[in-house]
This record gives sequence, structure tokens and C-alpha cells, in this order.
Amino acid sequence: MNNILDIVGIENYIFLSVLLFCIGVFGVLYRRNAIIVFMSIEIMLNAVNLLFVAFSTYHQDAEGQVFVFFSMAVAAAEVAVGLAILVSIFRNLGSIDIANLKNLKG
Amino acid sequence: MSAILIIFYVLAAITLSTAFLTIYSKNPIHSAIYLVICFFSIAGHYLLFNAQFLAIVHIIVYSGAIMILFLFTIMLMNLNKEDEVHKPRITRLGAIVVFCVLSAVLITIFINSKTIVGDYDTTGEDFQSIKKLGKILLNEYMVPFEFASVLLLVAMIGTVLLSKKEKTNK
Repeated sequence: MNNILDIVGIENYIFLSVLLFCIGVFGVLYRRNAIIVFMSIEIMLNAVNLLFVAFSTYHQDAEGQVFVFFSMAVAAAEVAVGLAILVSIFRNLGSIDIANLKNLKG
Repeated sequence: MSAILIIFYVLAAITLSTAFLTIYSKNPIHSAIYLVICFFSIAGHYLLFNAQFLAIVHIIVYSGAIMILFLFTIMLMNLNKEDEVHKPRITRLGAIVVFCVLSAVLITIFINSKTIVGDYDTTGEDFQSIKKLGKILLNEYMVPFEFASVLLLVAMIGTVLLSKKEKTNK
């Protein structure tokens, strides 16, 4: 079980993470619903975390996993604050369509 | 073809397809459910790496806390209906082009990355059990660990302040 990367190979994990990250970028650009945009950001964060763990195993070094741990803590804080902002936007505008958020457009 | 390789391919297929369905499905509740499945499959990847601590934390934090937050927000806003107007066709086409180009460029960059990332290091010693991670976390990374708790406290206060109903000043 310790030689998972001998069997699967680091390349497969890199490709998986790249594809997952690109799906996240696609979601941010494709959808107008702000909650789905948030979910896409979570997918991107998870892709990077997965690659961190893959390289942590690849180099037999625990520091990558410590970094993933901190990144999870920051992601949890980010989601809480972001969803609170979304709720307050919804209270003010009545929708969370990001096409409506153009007050800063000159 | 060994069993682990088959497990990897099945998990990768589940991860990618549910991530895509998260974005593609019209109903936000369905998106949240697909995202839960995606997170569980990523926890499966962590288990495949034998990173038990991260797998458990991932299930607790992402599939537990964050998805509950998402579901509650969706229900709070009464968004479980499919009335979203689509973006104009040119924007959607642009998103698809960006997806194809970005994935092609990144995959071509990484396809010959073996020389950069070095060789697989198989010392075989234990480096990722909960015991080892706890020692590292509370010795070398003591200060960032404490600051993470401060960050979570600040996030909690900020959330309460943001979602509190504003008083109308008459």
C-alpha cells in the first residue's frame, strides 16, 4: 500500500488535478449563479490540495500534508464569510445573479 | 492491471464526472449533492495515498461542514428552482474555449515534468500517520497552527456581523 505511486504514477495524478482545476475555471466562467461559482472555487482548491498530497507522498515528506491542513482551515473560513456576503447580497438585491452585481462598472 | 489501478481510474472518473455535473446541473440542490459525491471521491484518493488524517479531516470539513453551509444557504435563499437565465452564447463559447486551451496547455507543460519533479522517493518509513503529523504540527508549525484558530475566530465574528440584520435608522 505504501507504493501507490509506483503503481499509478505521479503523471496520472497531475493530469487528474489539472483536469479538475480546469473544470473549476470552466464553472467560474460558465455559470451566473454565485453559489455555483463558489462551488467551482471549492473544486479548484480541492484539485490543488490533491496535488499537494500526491507530491507529499512522492517525496515522502509530511510538510505537504501540513500545508493541505492549513489550506482546509482557510477554505472553511473563506466559505463561511463568502456565503454570509452572498446572503446579504441576496437581502439587498433579491437575487444572486452575478450579472446584477455591476455597481462598480463605470 | 492491478486492483489499485482500477480503483484509481474509477475514483478519478467519479471525481471528474461529478465535478462536471456540479457545474452543469440547473438545480443548485443537485449541484450541492454532486459536490458532496465529488468530495467523497477525493477523500477516497487521500485514502489511496494512505493519508488517513487528511481523509478524515476532508470528510469532516468539506463533506460535513462546508456542504451543510452550502445547502442551508441555498434553502435560505429559496433557490431550489430552475429559473436561471443563461449567459449569452458568446460568453459560454468563450468559457468552453478557455477550458480546452487551459487544460491542453497545462497537460502539455506537465507531460514531461519527470525531470523537474525528481524521482519517486521510497524510503518506506512512516511519515504520514496521525502521530507523526501531530508532532510536526505542534512542534515546527506551532505558530501557524495557533494563527489558524485566530483566523477561524475572525471568520466566525465576520460571518455573524455580515449576516446580522441591519437596523433601519429612522
